[in-house]
Amino acid sequence: MSGTFVGMPAFPTAAREALADTQLRRNLAHATHTIRDKRARVVAEVEDWEDLRLAGAGVKEAALRDLATHLETLEASLVRAGATVHWARDAEEACAIVADVARRHGADEVVKVKSMATQEIGLNEALEAEGIAAWETDLAELIVQLGDDLPSHILVPAIHRNRAEIREIFRRRMADVGRAAPDDLSDEPGVLAGAAREHLREKFLRAKVAVSGANFAVADTGTLVVVESEGNGRMCLTLPEVLVSVVGIEKVVATWSDLDPMLRLLPRSSTGERMNPYTSTWTGVTPGDGPQEVHVVLLDNGRTRALADEVGRQALRCIRCSACLNVCPVYERVGGHAYGSVYPGPIGAILNPLLRGVSDEQTASLPYASSLCGACFEVCPVRIDIPSVLVDQRAAVVDSHRGDRVPKAEAAAMKAAAWTFADARRLRWAERASGLAGRVLGRFSRTTLPGGRAAAGRLPGPGAGWTGARDLPAPPAESFREWWDRTDGGQDGDRR
Amino acid sequence: MKVALQVTCVNDAMFPDTGKAVVRLLRRLGVDVDFPGAQTCCGQPMVNTGYLDEAVPVVRTFVDAFAGYDAIVTPSGSCAGSARHQHSIVAERSGDPALVAAVAETAPRTYELTEFLVDVLGVTDVGAYFPHRVTYHPTCHSLRMLGVGDRPRRLLEAVRGIELVELPQATECCGFGGTFALKNADTSVAMGADKARHVRDTGAEVLVAGDNSCLMHIGGMLSRQRAGVRVMHLAEILAATEVSEGETGGPAVGARAAGA
Repeated sequence: MSGTFVGMPAFPTAAREALADTQLRRNLAHATHTIRDKRARVVAEVEDWEDLRLAGAGVKEAALRDLATHLETLEASLVRAGATVHWARDAEEACAIVADVARRHGADEVVKVKSMATQEIGLNEALEAEGIAAWETDLAELIVQLGDDLPSHILVPAIHRNRAEIREIFRRRMADVGRAAPDDLSDEPGVLAGAAREHLREKFLRAKVAVSGANFAVADTGTLVVVESEGNGRMCLTLPEVLVSVVGIEKVVATWSDLDPMLRLLPRSSTGERMNPYTSTWTGVTPGDGPQEVHVVLLDNGRTRALADEVGRQALRCIRCSACLNVCPVYERVGGHAYGSVYPGPIGAILNPLLRGVSDEQTASLPYASSLCGACFEVCPVRIDIPSVLVDQRAAVVDSHRGDRVPKAEAAAMKAAAWTFADARRLRWAERASGLAGRVLGRFSRTTLPGGRAAAGRLPGPGAGWTGARDLPAPPAESFREWWDRTDGGQDGDRR
Repeated sequence: MKVALQVTCVNDAMFPDTGKAVVRLLRRLGVDVDFPGAQTCCGQPMVNTGYLDEAVPVVRTFVDAFAGYDAIVTPSGSCAGSARHQHSIVAERSGDPALVAAVAETAPRTYELTEFLVDVLGVTDVGAYFPHRVTYHPTCHSLRMLGVGDRPRRLLEAVRGIELVELPQATECCGFGGTFALKNADTSVAMGADKARHVRDTGAEVLVAGDNSCLMHIGGMLSRQRAGVRVMHLAEILAATEVSEGETGGPAVGARAAGA
């Protein structure tokens, strides 16, 4: 019971449709600005925020630099603490491991803590195919799941929905999968949360198996950490008998004290809170307390591919805070679905191509889904230079087409531009041609731009992408370099 | 000090008045500025679209044209950012140690115009006169890639006669983004529409910025809306004086006929 990102069109097409969704535009603008402002306020309170960012980046960078060693330490610590460790090369292997654990306990349902890794591997669909129902228990994930919808934000996956829509989803769908929403359900946030609480409680109390991800995995102690706001995650982590955690291998940090900067950076960056409400940590099995069978699935699924990318590997520092989404002017207008992945926004635009490669058209469109404004880098708590990685991934896309028998029109245009720009004499001829065109266009122009210049009119071909919504000045009759030569740099009188 | 103007390809071919304004302004401040004729483009259009190999000869042309100058001044935050932060990537890619070395010479000597005025010349009052209601848009690359900070604002505040008004949500990207404006035209226009709305809300007659490419985008939208707001490069306001106000202050007589 959920949609799929498989078969999504490339970003420009998906974005065009999203831009026409007026309610989405309104919801997103409101929600992103609210979180953005809140984050800015609480970050401004921290005097040494830049030092903290450096510390956070340092912790993750150190872990990644010697990843294999830290993972082996983590495995040994987990085993020592009574957990079972599994290694999964890809989504299929990871899903099979989780399904196998559930099956061995005769479970036909699992409760889930909000987790990006399990979304990434399509765990819910894989379990459903095995006859096992996976219940999302995070409020926003529940809304997405009940609405047969897709997540559109890392932290607040139902950010594209408003409370009237949520009320409708609860009224129509809750009864199909458990306790129905009350007849008099209003769209008051408190009332909606109350209905979700009642609906989820019976699932928490009934489930034998829980599935989670982890925000951090501490190698030297074997401790997993989940950071959440509702307490629903903690219900899953403590009530069922069996707990399976799917953890990306980049989540490892070396020591317990490494959590210090991370737990200060994450809440301020993600929800704009000074301290996180529910931070759960568990180390294997504790006899008589919590799950008595603990499994940890260490997931690769493209991470070693990303790690091998010299420029792109910094994306593995990401702690999934979503600050980059909330400040991104592109994300703010098109929302998460247009990115065709559980990882949307600026981080998604680099992470997806790094994990998957750029051989399919949809993924190859993602590095271009940015104006390179740099707002994402400015807020990233672990200093991922997203604009630089975007440009590097664009180069990866271009390089992957260098062997094409028929080059794209864009490649031909870039080669022509590079040839022109390689020699000033060629550029001078090009400018003379454009000056001539400018005189003709200027003569026939029916638009005068504010300030007095003539407009070029509507252009054909790729230029229509510009003039469809924007006037363009007709090229001037004389380029700057012609003026410089004619007037000896303006010393010979400025007027023609 | 040997000072070169890197006019940028966009200004050379489309906005020569900005280049002329920089020349006038720097001469007025006693700088003997040169225009090396071998210059073309900084290579940013290729780099930012992913065509790094194609950018190599363009960067080579850049370093050859500007070799030996103490300062390379450019009226574009974006092109200065490209020279300072991207040329080294292109040079590394070329595998040519001579190009790497040449870039190491030109990159740190490249200044965006307001950096050169404030940091190198040490002036904020350039003796300009511009009696109009103006709002300023800080372009993304000048703001976040270069970190020009309040230099443009300090220069504008010292202009006599100017009525400078705050642009709401000024630091938000206008949506130009180079080839982004064409490859993702719909999203680009959606961003530009909001920027244009904020500009109109100020009631300003003139929108000023340090990059003509961003202004071409925002100005193109404002013009299409018949919003009654014109766009001007910062250099043109700083170059304006009481004597020249007739030329740059209002629609230049005959500009349309001359296509300039």
